[in-house]
Amino acid sequence: MLKDITLGQFFPGDSPLHKLDPRTKLILTTVYIILVFVARGAPGFAVILLFTLAMIAASKIPAKIILRGLRPLVFIITFTAIINLFWTKGENLLFRLGFIEIYSEGVLYAVLMVLRVVLLLLGSSVLLTYTTSPIALTDGLEQLLSPLKKLRVPVHEFAMMMTIALRFIPTLIEETDKIMNAQKARGVDFSSGGIIRRAKALIPILIPLFVSAFRRADELAIAMECRCYRGGEGRTRMKVLKLSYRDLVASVIFVFFTAAVIAANVFIPWLSV
Amino acid sequence: MSGTPFIKAENLCFSYSIAEDGGLRRELPVIKNVSFEIGRGDFVAILGHNGSGKSTLAKLLNLILTPTSGKIYIDGRDITDPAITEDDIFEIRRKIGMVFQNPDNQLVATVVEEDVAFGPENLGIPPEEIRRRVNEALAIVGMSAYARHSPHQLSGGQKQRVAIAGIIAMLPECIVFDESTSMLDPSGRKEVMNTIVSLNRDRGITVLHITHNMDEAVLADRVIVINDGEIFLDGTPREVFSHVGELQSVGLDVPQVTELLYELSVDGIKMPDGSPLPRGVLSEEEGAEILRALL
Repeated sequence: MLKDITLGQFFPGDSPLHKLDPRTKLILTTVYIILVFVARGAPGFAVILLFTLAMIAASKIPAKIILRGLRPLVFIITFTAIINLFWTKGENLLFRLGFIEIYSEGVLYAVLMVLRVVLLLLGSSVLLTYTTSPIALTDGLEQLLSPLKKLRVPVHEFAMMMTIALRFIPTLIEETDKIMNAQKARGVDFSSGGIIRRAKALIPILIPLFVSAFRRADELAIAMECRCYRGGEGRTRMKVLKLSYRDLVASVIFVFFTAAVIAANVFIPWLSV
Repeated sequence: MSGTPFIKAENLCFSYSIAEDGGLRRELPVIKNVSFEIGRGDFVAILGHNGSGKSTLAKLLNLILTPTSGKIYIDGRDITDPAITEDDIFEIRRKIGMVFQNPDNQLVATVVEEDVAFGPENLGIPPEEIRRRVNEALAIVGMSAYARHSPHQLSGGQKQRVAIAGIIAMLPECIVFDESTSMLDPSGRKEVMNTIVSLNRDRGITVLHITHNMDEAVLADRVIVINDGEIFLDGTPREVFSHVGELQSVGLDVPQVTELLYELSVDGIKMPDGSPLPRGVLSEEEGAEILRALL
């Protein structure tokens, strides 16, 4: 049962978005996030919404999967909507029931804020997490941050830690499964009792898991040393990230997108928030 | 090459220091005054029961552990020299690859081919050359079809073959297998043993196979039996396994067919022509031949 967990949200495919260099995607995602916060008027949001829908179409990821990604946010979305709806004071009173007052500004605020949260998640997941494998993401981050090496930031070491963590997650999940079964066979009950009782039942799983993780770490370190590992210095990579015409095209599209959002903000700031 | 032996150990000693109550440290000798030579292209099995010091011996050869005293020469170069540099150690570890017991705990990357590339990447080899070596290494161990798989989708034997490919890609002259088959099921064991044998026979790689499985030791050209940190027996499998009584006295088994013929000869059974039963019979075919002659 635990084996079904997939790593991250990566959805394999070969759409134009999948083929972009991870570095390009990291930078463009940052730009996208900034734009979502910069947009103020309804036209601006409309531009971003259209652009995001176009990206989703280009990524060829089924809409069902994308909508599933929104599920964990239902609470935050509802909360944002309610707060904005009831607590925004304005001029046009729409509705009053006792101390509850709803203004038209409140409705606008609620809609745009919810849109902002949804767009933030949709855009960044379609541009980055759904279309980039965790390894490509790690490689991209390492390369992008490599100038920080001059400031003695251990960029390579962090990337290596990420890779090893990704490598060992399935192994440790499998091990947890085994330990749980072993403890169940000895009569430990994981599924009944209150929170405290259940938390206590986890101790006999966590301790063996930790012990084994430390042993694995030790063995892995020796194996890495035997394979001549000595940090990032003097190390080459088999796969070198290369920018292609795709990255240029994507960047140009993003320049126009940015211009469109800013123009909408400046020239048609209708219904601004 | 018959000139200098590839590995030469002289009066090698190693002890772990153990903390005792009261902050005192006690030395626990693990390897005691061991000397041996291993030639280029040899296939040597190192046998010993748990705690005999055989794995420690392996870790001394590429300086994961530093000997307490004694000398080790690799390719004529003294690696126990205190003046040895980081780069020399690097070169020794490239020459002598090691494959360990648990296949899970030696794979670093999330994709098979990336893992095989790990060693060559550390050596600073250009990307195209790494790509070529990775493809070749995966082909040698028969794992090319799994290049894009993730290690956790593979069986134990397959993972171990990927680990071997990771070492081959560094173009080592010698590979030490530190109980590399002991965690595998019989079919995985067979896959890995076939790979090891072909590396030695077809590619001339020196192999040190540390094991406590007698049937695997039989495949080697030479067997060194370690007991309690000392060399107990050293010779061809046939010579070593003719000492059935001695091997059993140090807690080691012999292959079943060898033991059967040994027990028969202890019971006074002789060949039809009156000569004693041959000792150190290793193959089941040969055993069957002798039994047929007896009946």
